[in-house]
Order: sequence, then structure tokens, then C-alpha cells
Amino acid sequence: MSAPASGDLQRTIDAVWRIEAPRLIAGLTRMVRDVGLAEDLAQDALVVALESWPQSGVPDNPGAWLMATAKHRAIDLFRRGETLQDKQQQIAHRLEQDLAAGASSDPTAEAAAAAQVGDDLLGLVFMCCHPVLAIEARVALTLRLLGGLTTDEIARAFLTPRATVQQRIVRAKRTLSAARVPFEVPAGDELAERLPAVLGVIYLVFNEGYAASAGEDWTRPELCEDALRLGRILAELMPREAEVHGLAALMELQASRLRARRGPDGAPVLLLDQDRSRWDLLLIGRGLKALDRAEALSRGGLGPYTLQAAIAACHARARVPELTDWERIVALYDGLAALTGSPVVELNRAVAVAMAFGPAAGLELVDALADAPELAGYHLLPSVRADLLARLGRREEAYAELTRAAGLAGNEPERRLLLERAAGLAGGG
Amino acid sequence: MRFMVMVKATPDSEAGTLPSEEMLAAMGRYNEELAKAGVMVAGEGLHSSARGARVQFSGASRTVVDGPFAETKELVAGYWMFQCKSLEECIEWVKRCPNPMPTDSEIEIRQVFEAEDFGDEFTPELREQEERIRAQIGDEAR
Repeated sequence: MSAPASGDLQRTIDAVWRIEAPRLIAGLTRMVRDVGLAEDLAQDALVVALESWPQSGVPDNPGAWLMATAKHRAIDLFRRGETLQDKQQQIAHRLEQDLAAGASSDPTAEAAAAAQVGDDLLGLVFMCCHPVLAIEARVALTLRLLGGLTTDEIARAFLTPRATVQQRIVRAKRTLSAARVPFEVPAGDELAERLPAVLGVIYLVFNEGYAASAGEDWTRPELCEDALRLGRILAELMPREAEVHGLAALMELQASRLRARRGPDGAPVLLLDQDRSRWDLLLIGRGLKALDRAEALSRGGLGPYTLQAAIAACHARARVPELTDWERIVALYDGLAALTGSPVVELNRAVAVAMAFGPAAGLELVDALADAPELAGYHLLPSVRADLLARLGRREEAYAELTRAAGLAGNEPERRLLLERAAGLAGGG
Repeated sequence: MRFMVMVKATPDSEAGTLPSEEMLAAMGRYNEELAKAGVMVAGEGLHSSARGARVQFSGASRTVVDGPFAETKELVAGYWMFQCKSLEECIEWVKRCPNPMPTDSEIEIRQVFEAEDFGDEFTPELREQEERIRAQIGDEAR
């Protein structure tokens, strides 16, 4: 037994693991046809690294080292297996051939290997976001296997007990095995069918960082960064898919406002109140570029993420709030509403209409949504209504709506904000 | 966190020597790998300091000094902006970079300051609804 890794080396190994784990697990899943087993093998390789690297030093190509180690473990495992199935024997044989061939330094082989890594990662993406899994399981598995997050990190990010996340991941892997979900990138119509689930998982992670659904923090920027990274990876892996770029654009543009979105005490600062000099120009530039690409690739109309990115771009382009092109935003919401038929989108559209054409026009639309079952218990409906009522001088009604909204809000800073606004109305401010 | 990864200048880069085709290809592969890992958010190569200038400050006076500048090893020949989880991760990525110069060379990593200091511009008065929308986000509402 070797000495445990020192602090520095431990951090280096953590970093190597974060970089290598997704491709390692993806490549192994393709070879052994089971994502649970693939992760176990990768973890075994990590344990071997932790034992031997303190003495031998970190190898020049740690990824190749870990992969070779994991393949050896797989061969041992299959050869030792009590029931020697033909299939396992075949896999073991192929792994041995692979190892014997070794890494090639020939550029063509290198390019082929790089392409294989891309395909493997995409296969893993679609597996983690497979519809056979519940949405929470998709999120946990994606963050764990593709985002390189530990179970602890996922638990902290979602304010969920560690054991729950652990269970979720274990069960998800079992479900995938039991359902014999193939390791592949869907093509054609199936791709169009399955892609929204993948984008949905990434955007859900982003949203949880952008506006936490519960807890003391209003935003969790690290979660936004994880989602952004996944979105950027996907855009590189699927460069021809308009909505992939649309999602990347949407997240880049929204993330560009993250640091302007929190006041000094952590309280929310709303879009029109934000100090726009704090917006991140690098991210805005990336977002606008991704949006261009999404629009250029869109055939037969813009998809929902591209439309939302186009709306975000209207804000990003306005140096001061007064320059916001609200009429264009309304038009984009028209498109989004037609596509989704969602009352939540309608509610946003109503806000845009109020900005473009006055609060009365907006209120009319909001009132039409009062009975939408999807919005029952949703704090934003009374909150939007209160704002419009206040602007029309109907302060008592506005006060009542704000109090109602505060009672429905999920996170603390947001709730406090609503109560403060109510107090402001009551105090004649 | 974000890191600025700076390729330091060498006598070659300061002389304006262009990289070989082989180097360009290797760097292209590296850049692709960075992009595919979602790590690189920006990057540019810089002309030699002969095409640059310095503005020196002293009280109210400003003095412009034209390039080139002598202290080659202190100059920057190009940079990337990386988004990483830690300095260690950034170092691991930089170690994978092909030597950017035909001679010995150096890459310097610096963490970008994240403006957590928000000052007092925060105004509690709200003019717009801020919303959290799970299924479909609206910018208007938040």
C-alpha cells in the first residue's frame, strides 16, 4: 500500500479525473455495453491511480493511462466471470486487441480517435437523458457522468440529501440496464424526438442555478457554469442542430447578466434595474454568435430555445432599458406562444405587451390567464398582476396580489422582495 | 471560474516568425479539444510588440512609448480565456497544450477577478416583474 496522495497531488488527480471521467466512462460504456459497469471500471482505475501516482508521478497522458487500466480491469472481470458468456468473452478479446495495438501517434488515427470520443460522449449524453428515466434521475446522471460532479456536489446544488442523490443514480443505472437502452446516438426522426429531452435536462440545471427553486440563495452561479459547459460541449458535438446552438445562446445571454442579478445582500435585482455595465460582454458576444448560428441553421421557423435566445438578445443589445425593442419581443413571444401553447409563455408575453403598449393592454391578457390550471399556485401570476395594477394606480388591489405572491414564492430572497414591494405600496412609496 | 492563459513571447514571436504548418495543425487540434470540453471561451494570437505601444502614466501626464519592447520574456504573444472548476484543472489543460513556440517557452495562468463586490448601485425599487419559470423562461418576467 502506498502513501496517500498529498494535498497538491490529490487536487491534481481530482482535476485529471474531472477532465477524463466523461470520455473514460463514455468509451467504456461503448465497449462493455453497460453504463453502471463502465462507471465502476473507471472508478477502479481512479483508485489504482490514487495508489500508484504518488510514487510514479502523474503520467504524461493520464487519460490513456486510466483507460488502459480500466480495460485491464474489465478483462480480468470478464475472464473471472463464473458464467463465461460468449458475449463477455468477445468483449474481453476485443479489449485485449485494443490494448495490444496501443495508442497511435499517426495523425489519421488520432483524428479517428478524436471523432470516436465525440461519438462516445454523445452516446452517453443520450443515454443519461433517456426518456425511460425520471427527470430527476436524468439530471443527476448527466451531472455525475458528463459534468464530472461528485454525488456530494449534486446533493448540495439541489439541496437534496446525499443518500437520495446516490439512490437516484444507482437506480437510474439499473433502469438503463434493465431496459437494455442501447448505447447510440439516435439519427433522423428519432434524433428530433430525443433531442428536446437532452436540451431540457441541461436547461433545467441552468435554471436551478439562475433562479433557485428553494433555499436561501437566489442564484447558484456554479450550477449555471456546469450547464453552460454542457451546452457548449453539445454545440461542438452537434454543430448542425439549430436548437443546440439556440440553447447555448440562451444560456450564454442569460449568464451574461448573472453578476448584475444579485444585490450586495444577495437579493434579486430585476432586469430593468440591473447595472448593465456589469453584464459580461464576453458571454454576450458568445451568445449573439451562437444565436446567429442557430438562426442560420433553422429551417421552417425558429425553435423554442432559439426564440427565447432571440428575446434575451433584444435585452442584451439594449445599452439602456429605454432602448429595448419591446415590439420585437412581443412578436417573438407570439412565435413562442404559438409553438408551446404554454400559459407561462403567455404570462411573459403579457409583460412584454404591457411594456410595448401600456399596462392596461398587459393586464387584460393577464386577467385572461387567471383560471389557467397550470398557473394555479404560481407566485408569478399575482406578482405580474400586482405590478400592472400598481402602474394603473390601483394600489389596494396591487397590495393584495403582492401579499398573495409572497405566500406562494419558493425561495427566500424572492419572497422578501415581494413583501418589501407590498410594504412600499402600503407606505405610499 | 475563469482564467487567462497567456503564451509568453520568445525572440521568434517577437521577430514576427509565423508558426510552422505542423504547429498550426497541432494547435488546431488542441483548440478543438478545448472547445469540445467546453473549456475555451475566448482566445487570440497577438502581433509582436513592434506593432504595439505603451502609455505611461505619471500624475496628470501621459507618455506614449512605441514598441517593440526589450524584455521579451515578459511580453504576451497570445492568450486564451478558460472556464474551469479550479486552478488545478486549468493547469491540467495547459499541460496538454503543444509547445506553442519552436524554442523553449512559457505559459502563464492568471485567475480572472470575479466582481463579487457589487457597490451600492443596487436599488430596491422595482419596475418589472422578476420571475422564475421552470418549463419556459421569459426574460420579461425575471
